[in-house]
Amino acid sequence: MRVDRRWGDAAVTVLARGALFLVFGLALVLGLTLLLRACPMLGSLERSTLLGSAWAPAQGSFGLRTFLAGSLAVTVLALGLSVPLCLLSALYLSEHASRRLRERVQPVLDVAAGVPSVVFGLFGVMFVVPGVAALGRLLGVPTTGYSLLAGGLVLALMAAPFTLSVALDVLLAVPMGLRETALAMGATRWETAWHVVLREARGGLLVAVVMGFARAFGETLAVMMVVGNVAVLPTSLFGPAYPLSALLANTYGEMMSIPRMEGALMSAALLLFLATGAVSCAATLVLRRMRRLG
Amino acid sequence: MSRTRRCRMDRLARWAMGGALGILGIAFAGLLLSVVMRGLPHLRPSMLLADGQGGGIAHALVGSLCLGAGASVLALLLALPAAVALQRAYAPPRIAEAAALVLDLLWGTPSIVYGAFAFLLMVWMGVRTSLLAGILTLALVMVPVMTRAMTEAFRSLPPELWEQATALGATRGEITLKVALRQALPGLVTAFLLAFGRGIGDAASILFTAGYTDRLPGSLMDPVASLPLEVFYQLATPDPTVQSRAHAAALLLLILVLGVTLISRALARRASRHRL
Amino acid sequence: MTHIHIKNLHVAYGSHTVIEGLDLEIPDGGIVAILGPSGCGKTTLLKSLNRLLDLHEDVTVRGSVLIDGEDIYAPGSDLLALRKKVGFVAQRPFPLPMSIHDNVAFGARLHELPTVADRAATSGTVERHLRRAGLWEEVKHRLDAPAKGLSIGQQQRLSLARALAVEPEVILADEPTSALDPLSVRIVEAQFRALRQDYTVLLVTHILRQARRLADYVIFLYDGHLVEHGPAETFFNAPVDPRTQAYLHGEIS
Repeated sequence: MRVDRRWGDAAVTVLARGALFLVFGLALVLGLTLLLRACPMLGSLERSTLLGSAWAPAQGSFGLRTFLAGSLAVTVLALGLSVPLCLLSALYLSEHASRRLRERVQPVLDVAAGVPSVVFGLFGVMFVVPGVAALGRLLGVPTTGYSLLAGGLVLALMAAPFTLSVALDVLLAVPMGLRETALAMGATRWETAWHVVLREARGGLLVAVVMGFARAFGETLAVMMVVGNVAVLPTSLFGPAYPLSALLANTYGEMMSIPRMEGALMSAALLLFLATGAVSCAATLVLRRMRRLG
Repeated sequence: MSRTRRCRMDRLARWAMGGALGILGIAFAGLLLSVVMRGLPHLRPSMLLADGQGGGIAHALVGSLCLGAGASVLALLLALPAAVALQRAYAPPRIAEAAALVLDLLWGTPSIVYGAFAFLLMVWMGVRTSLLAGILTLALVMVPVMTRAMTEAFRSLPPELWEQATALGATRGEITLKVALRQALPGLVTAFLLAFGRGIGDAASILFTAGYTDRLPGSLMDPVASLPLEVFYQLATPDPTVQSRAHAAALLLLILVLGVTLISRALARRASRHRL
Repeated sequence: MTHIHIKNLHVAYGSHTVIEGLDLEIPDGGIVAILGPSGCGKTTLLKSLNRLLDLHEDVTVRGSVLIDGEDIYAPGSDLLALRKKVGFVAQRPFPLPMSIHDNVAFGARLHELPTVADRAATSGTVERHLRRAGLWEEVKHRLDAPAKGLSIGQQQRLSLARALAVEPEVILADEPTSALDPLSVRIVEAQFRALRQDYTVLLVTHILRQARRLADYVIFLYDGHLVEHGPAETFFNAPVDPRTQAYLHGEIS
């Protein structure tokens, strides 16, 4: 009887530890596999091709620079559009809105954050792309509408619920007494929000933005449906771009038929993995340190 | 004098903040409304009952449910014990912190990268695109989501629970199985549903691995359709009757995901009311 | 000196009444202690005087509070001017997320006071108020360090300096020593005693002995009602109301 109990306890421990070990292993295997497969392209000679901007798989040029620039351009544009809106909205909810409004908005944010990316893509194709095309005509810029701007807009909308809900959590964690202190000195609500609340919350808000960046950087379908996918360096808002994630999604089928292409694509995947991974880990570490400092 | 200026600035800021929230609200309302308006006319029973060859989306619905159910059950087998191992009683703080970091890394990894990874493995093992490959890939995407949420569910249990049960002479394993699991159940169910909802809407990971077909899935080794890919592929066709399948699929997907989210919220709310 | 006159004040959170029909003229100058068992509405009364109650969503205030003859609850009354005139020291210090120097200068800068017109004037002002709060000697070499690095006792004196720098005429203090260690309590009490000539200080406290040490005048609240008020000497030596007597004997607390 007693022996049975001890065995049962040990079994649970082994099972649980084993699963945790597998999760650790998954991360390791994932990173190593990508690295090994990318290896053929990481030699010194090949690296110069990878870093170039020419993409012509049939001729053996696998420059990823265009795609990296595409990813960065779309992501930065999206964050530039959504971060200010999200911060202002979060401030409204934390500093001005009634508790009742706040309690109604929070479930809506949960729901909005769960909307699948194809749905955003569909919306983008139906409304954002034609809208951008019309705007281009208005401004006299020739464009199909499938553009950097369309990608940025769709991605901004997609990133908003997540960024907003994290930012709101951070702002609501600022103690009420701090606001009382500033207001009692005769600060207006805005001065309190700007000089005190935002400043107190800046670390957490930075983490919110950085996590938004990681998610947007790797987003595939929604962006790929509207961004044009032409392998040129993005130079205009109305011109097309081609992010790394879209490159992977579009060309994996040819991967096996063209020599060295697998290495190039896996380099792209590795780049995505490292960029998003490094960024989310850094965010976690920063947050942890801030908590420790109080 | 300057006081009026400060008050004016305050009002201006308030308008700007409220305006920002309004813009986001309108954009989202527009998004949801447009998907509903476009999809609703096409979402007829005939659409739901016929597969792709009959002009319907039944194959995609069934495919998505199979993928989602299979993958979430598979992910559960890994996520639940891993979350158990991350409870305070099992993991020293250093391990827990390292694990949190690894989970963040995996959680932040884009699903297209999981797709590419799984595709490599499939090529290596000579497996074709299939329901099984899709399930395995999707499970990879779900594991970090589910583990993180389940860890949270265990974390939110009062520490006294462990103290009391230990004082009664229960072993760690017994406390986990008989007390912690039961107490954390609503949170665990929420975590499961969260991962299910995330997985069923994910397209980038199954793009390479589950494939696409017009038919209902016959076996684990056949390619399988899914709602997100149905939207993605059918929207690109010029034929409006085929395009209508994309709109119907998008609405159905939205209903599924929102339904799952709402159910899990309701469960969480009820659970928090019953607890202290 | 500023004159505070409270007329028929009612305060309720939702349907729960906290202060009921309170009439009171507060004497000008000196330390006025607000005493009473916990939950009797002391803090609410205090926060009604600088309209900090406005932050609560479901609060209703009826009646009027006249400060220098002006009703602060009248529509269109200048909230910022009121809060400049009436300083506030909270129960816990809540240092603003900035340097020690900027904590003190913060309020004065908002109000664009001449004391912070330029850099030299500002550092003089900061020093003066830090001295008044008895903190200068401890922080003079690290004015640019974040205020969060100070001990709780130092932070509380900083929040006094911060309130003084706005140049208020009245100071509201809500149990300012309740979070402090005994040594810090003594220092903070000494600073308050030094302020009694120049300000009207309203001090909420639940510590009877602290009120005995500091108060010139005492207001005793019980269950949202004003029970008794008067000069400290008469209040402590010859209380009239049986509830006051019970409280002073430690029978209710």
